[in-house]
Amino acid sequence: MADPMKIRAQMKGDSAEIRVLMSHPMETGQRKDNAGNVVPAHFIQSITVDVGGKRVIQGQTGPAISRNPVFGFKVKGAKAGDKVVINWVDNKGDKRTDEATIS
Amino acid sequence: MKKRIGALVAAAAMSASFAVLAQQPAKKPAAKAQAKAAQKAPDATTADFEKFRDVLEEDNPAELFEAKGEELWKAKRGPNNVSLAESCDMGRGVGVLKGAYVQLPRYFADVDAVMDAERRIAHCMVKYQGFKAEDLAKKPFSSGNYTPELVSLTTYVAGHSRKMKIAIPQKHPKEKETYQIGKEIFAYRAGPWDFSCSTCHGEDGKRIRTQNLPNLSTPEGAIRAFQGWPGYRMTGGVMHTLQWRMNDCFRQQRFPEPNYVSPSITALLSYMGVNANGQVYKGPGIKR
Repeated sequence: MADPMKIRAQMKGDSAEIRVLMSHPMETGQRKDNAGNVVPAHFIQSITVDVGGKRVIQGQTGPAISRNPVFGFKVKGAKAGDKVVINWVDNKGDKRTDEATIS
Repeated sequence: MKKRIGALVAAAAMSASFAVLAQQPAKKPAAKAQAKAAQKAPDATTADFEKFRDVLEEDNPAELFEAKGEELWKAKRGPNNVSLAESCDMGRGVGVLKGAYVQLPRYFADVDAVMDAERRIAHCMVKYQGFKAEDLAKKPFSSGNYTPELVSLTTYVAGHSRKMKIAIPQKHPKEKETYQIGKEIFAYRAGPWDFSCSTCHGEDGKRIRTQNLPNLSTPEGAIRAFQGWPGYRMTGGVMHTLQWRMNDCFRQQRFPEPNYVSPSITALLSYMGVNANGQVYKGPGIKR
């Protein structure tokens, strides 16, 4: 099971600022270990973000994203108390969903 | 370092604009600017690095390790099936973590010795949970996707001392003695390169490449070194503790590397920590 994400969601003016920190190795599939064997690719492939029950982001990500990545974005029209649901799925089918409330 | 490209681009853009502003006093963190002015006027490069660090600290993956450490701290584990939360005294009472990290290393009556944070956690894992010390010392430092449990635990413990003043006690004779031993090790020249810790860390204004080396014999330098550990190293994306930092300094000096959680490291941490006393610890940090 994947480790939980850290989500921060705050109203800044008329939009919500959401930042999410994900725990993931994000292996590119191009590195080799000490024995010379290729470390298999293992990275987050898709991300979805729902705010207040509405899908606001549906994204595809690849191996160029860092280990333990951070994503930040602003959502217009959100309000304090809205629920933020973030989900990711990686190339091995592992997935994780976490929630937060906009403050 | 393909890692954290977004942050790097932001920092690069900033350094361009910041260079122009370098002649003016830094406008945002006034308190920080003052603290730095006390040291010496910061050159443009140093100011840029500070700015870079501020940007990175906003989202520090160290939090992920704190979360892992919390699970490990609270879970019943080991051959004895005991949790650290119900057995381990970090100096402020069993299971009490608030402010513990900024008061370590300190004297512990139950073992009649001075211990630093990581050494104390290792001690608790062996004594109460029944883990074997040899197993803990087998692969004690992070690498690649591997993070030792002790690293996450130390990060979790350190997280409870965020924004607190460093107050490492120097009352017990053993605490004073440990400080003195640390001071001696710090100045002890040996090895194929005839190095001591103070060769690099005993004078102001030294650096390795772009990395400024704090002068650990002064309060300003000691806090810079105490600050930011345990730290998330972006190079490789791993979490490291002060045990690793000290060990790596020995390695770089071509000294024999000390045993894991060796008393000599406690002595060095005591020397550095006491020199930093009275200043504020920001919590687990992030490093280049």
